[in-house]
Amino acid sequence: MSTTSPVETKGAAAATYLDQRLGSNKFLARNLGKVFPDHWSFMLGEIALYSFIVVLLTGTYLTLFFKPSMVELVYNGSYVPLKGIQMSEAYSSTLDISFDVRGGLLIRQMHHWAALLFVAAMSVHMFRVFFTGAFRKPRELNWIIGVVLVTMGLGAGFTGYSLPDDLLSGTGLQIIRGIVQSIPVIGTWGAFLLFGGEFPGTDIISRLYPIHILLIPGLILALVTVHLIMVFTQKHTQFPGPGRTNDNVVGYPLLPVYMAKAGGFFFIVFGVIALIGGLVSINPIWIFGPYTPDQVSAGSQPDWYIGWLDGALRLMPNLESTIAGFTLSWNVLVPSVIIPGLLFTALGAYPFIEQFVTGDKREHHLLDRPRNAPTRTALGVMALTFYLLLFIGGGNDLIAAAFNMSINSIIWFLRITLFILPPLMFVLTRRICLGLQRRDNAKLLHGYEAGRILRLPHGEFIEVHEPLSVKELAVITSKSDISPLPIPQKTDIDGVKNKNYKSESRRAKLSHFFYGENIPLPTAAEIAAGQAHVAHDAAIEAPLHAYEDADQIENFHGGVLHHPGMAQTNAEQQDDR
Amino acid sequence: MTDLTPHGTEPAKLGYSPVADIPHALRVSDTDPAAAKRAERQIASMFLLSMILVVVFIVAFCTIDKDTNVYIPVFGEVGFLTIVLGLTSGLSILLIGTGAIQWAKKLMPDVEVVQMRHEMTSPQDATDEAAANYERGKDESGFARYTIIRRTLIGAMALFPIPVIFLLRDLWSSPESGTLTPDEILSHTIWKKGERIVVDATYLPVRPQDLPIGGLVSAVPASLKEVQEAEGNLNARGKSAIILVRMDPKDIVAQQGDGWDYQGIVAYSKICTHVGCPIALYEQRTHHLLCPCHQSTFDLANAGAVVFGPAARNMPQLPIGVDSEGYLIAMDDFNQPIGPSFWERG
Repeated sequence: MSTTSPVETKGAAAATYLDQRLGSNKFLARNLGKVFPDHWSFMLGEIALYSFIVVLLTGTYLTLFFKPSMVELVYNGSYVPLKGIQMSEAYSSTLDISFDVRGGLLIRQMHHWAALLFVAAMSVHMFRVFFTGAFRKPRELNWIIGVVLVTMGLGAGFTGYSLPDDLLSGTGLQIIRGIVQSIPVIGTWGAFLLFGGEFPGTDIISRLYPIHILLIPGLILALVTVHLIMVFTQKHTQFPGPGRTNDNVVGYPLLPVYMAKAGGFFFIVFGVIALIGGLVSINPIWIFGPYTPDQVSAGSQPDWYIGWLDGALRLMPNLESTIAGFTLSWNVLVPSVIIPGLLFTALGAYPFIEQFVTGDKREHHLLDRPRNAPTRTALGVMALTFYLLLFIGGGNDLIAAAFNMSINSIIWFLRITLFILPPLMFVLTRRICLGLQRRDNAKLLHGYEAGRILRLPHGEFIEVHEPLSVKELAVITSKSDISPLPIPQKTDIDGVKNKNYKSESRRAKLSHFFYGENIPLPTAAEIAAGQAHVAHDAAIEAPLHAYEDADQIENFHGGVLHHPGMAQTNAEQQDDR
Repeated sequence: MTDLTPHGTEPAKLGYSPVADIPHALRVSDTDPAAAKRAERQIASMFLLSMILVVVFIVAFCTIDKDTNVYIPVFGEVGFLTIVLGLTSGLSILLIGTGAIQWAKKLMPDVEVVQMRHEMTSPQDATDEAAANYERGKDESGFARYTIIRRTLIGAMALFPIPVIFLLRDLWSSPESGTLTPDEILSHTIWKKGERIVVDATYLPVRPQDLPIGGLVSAVPASLKEVQEAEGNLNARGKSAIILVRMDPKDIVAQQGDGWDYQGIVAYSKICTHVGCPIALYEQRTHHLLCPCHQSTFDLANAGAVVFGPAARNMPQLPIGVDSEGYLIAMDDFNQPIGPSFWERG
């Protein structure tokens, strides 16, 4: 036992005090040593969480100065070009934050950058979870919470973007008005209730304000808490590797390593946001001028996360129909209501769709390598391609201006590729995944191609193969081969008709589509035989190294796969390459 | 520097998890006390520097004038105070992070440990107990037996939120909200016969000879100023903004009404029929009007027809003429709602 410092004595006393009232020591005993697996991609969710905290902190500061009011006044602050101009109090107070509050611009820019980072990190985190199959049982519910969080992130971003009442944000609201107005039956009423009458009215800023600073952040905070509690109780998933199974967690204990790393990472994210906020200008509202509904600047662009929706709005052909004296604006409804609605529904439903198709009801804690779930990976790439094409569409005017191209051709090109490229990417991705599986199998059976040609005493040339590292062996063999659901029979053995034949056969067909093409892992015996062959290569080569220094001989002697030293040197060699 | 001792054999002490049975390389700081000492110094200096930067922040905040600008290559002319505050606070925060991570990486154990997972499903006795409790509750409350109580409760629970919908009704509350429906309001602007067309911003009336062929003017009704002051909002402006364009009368292929132009001057709404962005990108040669938001393109020489993009309706045209003093006036209101389509529009 080491000596106990006065601080520790006090700490222990505090812990006892709390324990006697909350029973907290039981919690501490269970969780202070809780093991978290390590992987760089697990930091993506952390970035989202930390940037959200920065958004909350900086946002709270901004509320102290921002005035959510559309009352018109004459600007008299220190930004000279706008002096004497009539504008709303919201816009004028945003100018004050930017020019008259010391550090105000820093906090405003940090808030904006952190918000952009928040949505970006959530999105990439979601891709990571999708492509590694981390959403599988028991984590389907957490996936849904995640999808809701992304949606709310978009809402939080858009409402915040609209508050300063500058020309750009007002144009965004004008588009929202057009979208709401296009909704069948209730559209005009919806728009009039939202804006307190006609657009722009004098209510919208003060209405968006509580939604932006209270409602959405409150919901995000609540859902993030649930999201994290679920991660905590279900324990984090881990990537396959030596010693890692579906039943354990390999990593670092919460205290001290994980706490230091995660806590330190919070300060890194916070610090980087502060640096960017101080150095890189974002949303310079003083350039755009105050909002007026009859002006707009060329090259109007929303924040990046709205870009795909704006792109959809730009690419949609001009369909509108009149039925029984009522108007249906497909040109607005499809891109801004139907497509995002379908996309987010499909996203939320995906874990359940996959589970239905695969019939896989097991718990999964070991992550899939994307190549080992070719159909899922291909579906993800297909959706991502669709998204990116819409995103490019959102910047079509900038592309046209930068590359001196016809905007009409860009739009037509995107309209067509939107239907051709995603399926193409699906097929391509699946082929690449299957190809990578074949390569893995070849490695299992033949080891590495060392790139060294050896001439044997009797004149034969062989290429030396080296055994796989322990890590790589564990990673490759982590693949679990699942066979598709069986094709149902119309009648059973006794000739009784199968009532569910149609639905079962549809499900089996989907299952074959999902798992039909699969390169099964070689059997354990085949792998052992292959590795023995590799070891044989090493044995042949060994005498050649007799002249080299002893350290290197170590590398090639033995050829026993599970020898830790062996694995290490191979891994080192890989690094050197 | 490879630690070849097999792991996972030593029994776990209280508070320790078993070490994972995987190869593990020792770090320099594990074997060389001098390296460990160096790491300790590095980490402490990061924390120290962080504290110093806070002092610099305070000094900068109190001494640098907020209006001072500096020129920095790439960044351009920027506020000096914002940059210094960002750099000092950003770095002071960042250094706490890098210090903590350096500490974890260099000095804390980097040996991975193992914990077992447990299936999420509860043990059967817990499930049984929960089910028994539920059954007891159902029985004691009589929820299944008292059909009428159950049904009326469900009915009451379904109905009690309905007042919220009514409470939201007055989100739109104005003198006209009781008498007019939204589509009636959307269908009219303040343009009327004899209303003078004035230049936006200056409110000066326009004579036909002021506008050369190929010229474009953003215009509004002369009464807009008073309406705006009376209503205290920009609603009327959002609906009545127009653009005046003069072209060679021979170039006009079609209009929305006979003689709605005046000597080749045509007036069209400025609000896009797609989702309502104001449009002012006009190409003289083709008479095309392009929306900067979603690139809908309208042909002003051909009744404002859509030639490209997502808009589905012609740009509404305003019939114009001149008054006795020779100034341009509107001959009527628009004959259709301007701006984006809506359900009741037909």
